[in-house]
Amino acid sequence: MKVDSQELPLEIMELQMGPSHPATHGTIKFNLKLEGEKVLDCDVEVGFLHRGFDKSCEQVTWTQVIPYTDRLNYASSLINNVGYALAVEKLIGVETPPRCQYIRVIISELARIFDHLTCCGMAASELGAITVGFYMIEARELIMRVIESLTGARLTVTYVRIGGVKHDLLQGFAERVSQTFKTVRKLLNDCDRLLSRNRIFIDRMSNVGTISQESAISYCLTGPILRATGVNYDVRKVYPYLVYDQLDFNVPLGSRGDNYDRFVCRIQEIEQSMRIVDQALQKIPMGPVWIDDPRFVLPEKEKVYNSIEGLMHHFKIIMEGVHVPSGETYFAVEGGNGELGFYIVSDGGGKPYRIRVRPPCFIAMGAFHEMIKGYMVADIVPTFGMVNMIGGECDR
Amino acid sequence: MSEASANLQYIQEKLGKRVLDTLLVQGDDVLMLDRSGLRESFRFFKEDSRLHLDFLSDITAVDYWKKKEPRFEVVYQVASLKGGRRLRVRVPIPEEDATVESLVPLWKGANFLEREVWDLFGIRFLDHPDLRRILLYEEFQGHPLRKDYPVNLWQPRVPERPVEGTFVDERSRNKLLSLKQALGPKNGSPKKP
Repeated sequence: MKVDSQELPLEIMELQMGPSHPATHGTIKFNLKLEGEKVLDCDVEVGFLHRGFDKSCEQVTWTQVIPYTDRLNYASSLINNVGYALAVEKLIGVETPPRCQYIRVIISELARIFDHLTCCGMAASELGAITVGFYMIEARELIMRVIESLTGARLTVTYVRIGGVKHDLLQGFAERVSQTFKTVRKLLNDCDRLLSRNRIFIDRMSNVGTISQESAISYCLTGPILRATGVNYDVRKVYPYLVYDQLDFNVPLGSRGDNYDRFVCRIQEIEQSMRIVDQALQKIPMGPVWIDDPRFVLPEKEKVYNSIEGLMHHFKIIMEGVHVPSGETYFAVEGGNGELGFYIVSDGGGKPYRIRVRPPCFIAMGAFHEMIKGYMVADIVPTFGMVNMIGGECDR
Repeated sequence: MSEASANLQYIQEKLGKRVLDTLLVQGDDVLMLDRSGLRESFRFFKEDSRLHLDFLSDITAVDYWKKKEPRFEVVYQVASLKGGRRLRVRVPIPEEDATVESLVPLWKGANFLEREVWDLFGIRFLDHPDLRRILLYEEFQGHPLRKDYPVNLWQPRVPERPVEGTFVDERSRNKLLSLKQALGPKNGSPKKP
């Protein structure tokens, strides 16, 4: 709530919150200027998890970048994989077969559900609603098991490849997903009943961390934070990619731009993502999941072990990397937190010349001081929770 | 000059000599822009009713060391929140005078993005309100995303910074001291119960 501390003359106190604070699930430091409990100014220090993503990518082949992209936003690593692969494919000038595109949509949406469940569950449990936290983490675990059954890994999956995906969907995947969604919907219903009339939760979320529509656009915000202010900007709708234009889904919008609207946007997006996955699993055509282009696709193991051509082919791709024609391109997908863009430059070799990620939560942290100014110290916790800063992506 | 989309032709008509080149790369509009009057050019993109490129998506830079002259390029991605064509603006920057006008007056979000470019590439943004390093620390030497920065270079250790304005409660310090004295030298470490 906005505090009006006109009654008492107070000294301005400087307080450093973080970089390792139990309520900020990520390494970030807030240099606060406080008047009593009111935040006058907040200087956000990021970079504690900087590990040189861009520079590291320039040292390895195009394919070897994919595991690095997993470690950007590790709550939705599949979307990072997809975004990177799409950017490289755009530069090469190829399009993957329809089945692969549908698989990419399905895994992107599973990752989005995962991301939103993490964000909402953590934010709720930081406000004391531990039960909700546990329920959402349980739902997340179920989604994670689906991802695990498909990719073999839980968090850093490295499932997408340039020109395809690692392997086709496994038998019984659709049933598994629909079973999981049934439980997830039940859990979300429980969470709804725990939160939507919960006085404590609403008081701490509603009208806190507000940002106006003009400021949100000026601060280049995207994702649920922008949509909570009522701007209908979703990359999946505005600049459609893959097969999103053939699927029916809505973009949930807020109106006030506060934490509660962000929370509701995210929860509603989970439902929309489940709708997309259901539709995609019904519509998915049969066919190959790789492009038919030996320049970018590894040969089958049969050929590698039994023919010299296959072995050489394999060796060339592994040792030199796929050769991406020289040029530069930008491709954006809708990540869990907003527009996740990849700007890539190639000099024609097997290694990237430059890879730049547009990190949505880094940009959101740039607007954090605007969101928290005038509120109380305790309001930092829900606001930061709803920004969903992921250190791996913010600091790269 | 290569083929250009309607938007690019329109921009070229309006901006004239500031446009160095227009390209169409993989269906994207790419504009090579001179750095003089950059902010005015972007104001035009943002406010022109036909272009309506009101959303700054990204600012980054590329170092074409020994590949191109001028050495750097600052790359802006602008888009429209309503859809339509994205525009990519590339601004060549020479090494000897690596400066470019800041876009913070137009988009406040440019603040963090420009700080990052300054941090990693050493390109200065003129009139930026707060141009500090952002991902790295103030004592870091060099700009690591420049191509002549070796990937395995070690940085010297940073001496402990003097902390200014730290609030130390004298009472708690005295309490600690008296506690230590009361325990005596032998009982320096607390015993297990």
